[in-house]
Amino acid sequence: MSGANGTRPEGSAGPATQPSPTREPGGEPAGHTPTRTDPVGGQAARMWEAGMGRREKGRAGRRKRRGDVHAVVPEAEFRSYYGQPILKPPIWTHDIAYYLFTGGLAAGSSMLAVVADARGEVSVRRGLRLTSLGALGASAYFLIIDLGRPERFYNMLRVAKPTSPMSVGTWILTAYGPLAGAAAVLEAAPLLPDRGVLGLLRRCAPPAASAAGAGAAVVAPLLATYTAVLFADTAVPSWHEVHRELPFVFAGSALAASAGAALVLGRTGEVGPARRAALLGACLELTAAHRVEHGHGLLSEPYVQGRPGRYLRAARALTVAGVAGAWLGRRSRLACAASGAALMAGSLLTRMAVFEAGVHSTKDPKYVVVPQRERLAQGRPARSDTPQDIPVV
Amino acid sequence: MVSANSLYGPVDPAVDAGYDAPPSRKGFFTDTSVCIGCKACEVACKEWNLVPEDGIDLLGTSYDNTGGLGADSWRAVHFVEQSRPIGNKGAPFAELPTGPSGTGYAAAVAAAGIDALEEASRLGTGVPGGQPVAEAAAGGGCGCSGGGGGCGSKSSAAASAAAGAGAGTKLLGMPGMHAPGALPDREGRSDVRWLMASNVCKHCTHAACLDVCPTGSLFRTEFGTVVVQEDICNGCGYCVSACPYGVIDRRESDGRAWKCTLCYDRLKADETPACAKACPTESIQFGDLDELRERAERRRQQLHDVGVTEARLYGHDPHDGVGGDGAFFLLLDEPEVYGLPPDPVVTTRDLPDMYRTMAVAAGAMVLGVLASAVGRR
Ligand code: SF4
Ligand code: SF4
Ligand code: SF4
Repeated sequence: MSGANGTRPEGSAGPATQPSPTREPGGEPAGHTPTRTDPVGGQAARMWEAGMGRREKGRAGRRKRRGDVHAVVPEAEFRSYYGQPILKPPIWTHDIAYYLFTGGLAAGSSMLAVVADARGEVSVRRGLRLTSLGALGASAYFLIIDLGRPERFYNMLRVAKPTSPMSVGTWILTAYGPLAGAAAVLEAAPLLPDRGVLGLLRRCAPPAASAAGAGAAVVAPLLATYTAVLFADTAVPSWHEVHRELPFVFAGSALAASAGAALVLGRTGEVGPARRAALLGACLELTAAHRVEHGHGLLSEPYVQGRPGRYLRAARALTVAGVAGAWLGRRSRLACAASGAALMAGSLLTRMAVFEAGVHSTKDPKYVVVPQRERLAQGRPARSDTPQDIPVV
Repeated sequence: MVSANSLYGPVDPAVDAGYDAPPSRKGFFTDTSVCIGCKACEVACKEWNLVPEDGIDLLGTSYDNTGGLGADSWRAVHFVEQSRPIGNKGAPFAELPTGPSGTGYAAAVAAAGIDALEEASRLGTGVPGGQPVAEAAAGGGCGCSGGGGGCGSKSSAAASAAAGAGAGTKLLGMPGMHAPGALPDREGRSDVRWLMASNVCKHCTHAACLDVCPTGSLFRTEFGTVVVQEDICNGCGYCVSACPYGVIDRRESDGRAWKCTLCYDRLKADETPACAKACPTESIQFGDLDELRERAERRRQQLHDVGVTEARLYGHDPHDGVGGDGAFFLLLDEPEVYGLPPDPVVTTRDLPDMYRTMAVAAGAMVLGVLASAVGRR
């Protein structure tokens, strides 16, 4: 918002009808003779010449010199209202990007913990259950502090609304939280005494934890993927456009991150499943992310250029390195841990990139106007009486 | 109740939301061809709804220093200055698909010997019983009408006289209270046109903000409008990202989302919304949506008949991407020139598709975990 409302540096320099000479960096545009009868039009022309209503030349030029990939996308011609954004940028902060990561980490950890539980890999099971509890707590924290009115977070629980992915997610978290929490807390059972009531509890804990963990693992895949719908179900051009790929990016990213946690926390002899999960998750994530980056023309651009682009490339490098390290350094505890850390960092960067790319796409009106104009030019406006625009799966 | 068109397609939103026999749907038809940019609507809205002031900004782009709709601006008047100075067909306006007044329309009108002022007074505003704008602008005495509110013709006549008399006066090009042609010196008219439009929440038939609100704070009224309940909103901000028009926003000072309520309190009391009541030119017309749509089509036809072929309706069609807007517009250029999206779509149209994709991805995750469970340690 502040971008749209920002006062120009010299904005206080008097009435806008009398542009001071300092306002025209290039001087009078060639061929323009201001006439007494046309003061306003002259100003409009000068303002236009000064670059208003266009994209900032400097920015684009600088990027091009760096040889960015987006140079292949021709500069889009479009009209706008003095270059102002049409959409409001999301008011979510990076906390939501962190939540995407912690939520995915918690979900994947619960799923892999069930595998470890079934295979009797105690160190991995314990590490992952505790990871999911920690990540769950962090998720709740990030979600609540990002509200405008954190003390009213419980209003989320007054309705259950399928048309609101945030409401759906709230209920997914509400179902998942206690189960994952119980599985993690019951890991403390060995600390209890052998005898008496507490001894009984101690003996009941492992099966109870397994049951709770299994329950959490059933909900977990929904927790890992609903966030993709949360982002895609907005008017944010670069999020909505990739709604067919985003759930796969997030699912793969969650799997890779939790496999990373297992590699960091588990004993070397017990991380076989995590290694395979890292490979599968990375394949899923990188394949889907590739389509996000290249399959959507102009709306892919925010994922390729600028900071989100750098984040995504770094994420890819880290993920590939993590998988490679996990397989090649199979016998080294250190190599496993480092690979696991790389996988988690890659997942976090992926989430940051997706978040920032979407935010960026709301700040430039071209991401709204150009695709919609293209649609109109091709004779397929969004209409409910012409079925060709309605997507089919 | 919930129907096949609940997410997309024509629907009566109040009935869809579960009201039995609701009153007829209310809305706005904003006819930008008669907007004079006075911002009375902005002020009236702030006054009536106690919307806090949001700072004074000189944006340096135009006379629009409001900067668009937001939590503290529920009406916002956009100003677009278009010009192709004669003899200076410079780069900026050479490619305009619909030329400014001086190129296409005005030239044709001049060639046909049409007097713009006479035309304007004949056309009026399209409101039954309404007051033709130009009548007042030409200084023809105060013609206040019942529906139109006040009028400032006395002062504008005086201003015209002053502008004509002072030979040494420098015309700053400030938009006055009258149409450009009302200046005494018609030969000296500049080749500029001003597009002015009072923007507002569209009260969409399929309102993405409402669909995604996780607390139920946003709700559909019996009048088919969309309103935030400030005692429930927890400021999650989902609505902000969901609105395809960039209307609703969160107020920094109190952390909640705010937007036009279509004066729900006034509608309840059978009153006209404050902004429409204050509009002196009947640019903002309030009423039953069905009637407004017919009136708007008549107005568009009327303008086309006299050669204003760039007049077009925006948001009036129940088959468009949002199922039609409750507040729709007559524009004189492409929507994006006014900061409006040319072909908006309610994001929840694709929600079933998104949930299906999510289910497939969740399934893929389960398969991945199962596959990794088999094998060596
Ligand atoms: S989606 Fe935007 S324009 Fe439509 S009702 Fe909601 S806030 Fe208003
Ligand atoms: S910010 Fe308020 S009105 Fe908007 S979606 Fe969240 S709870 Fe609903
Ligand atoms: S209808 Fe009421 S709330 Fe909406 S813009 Fe007009 S005055 Fe403001």
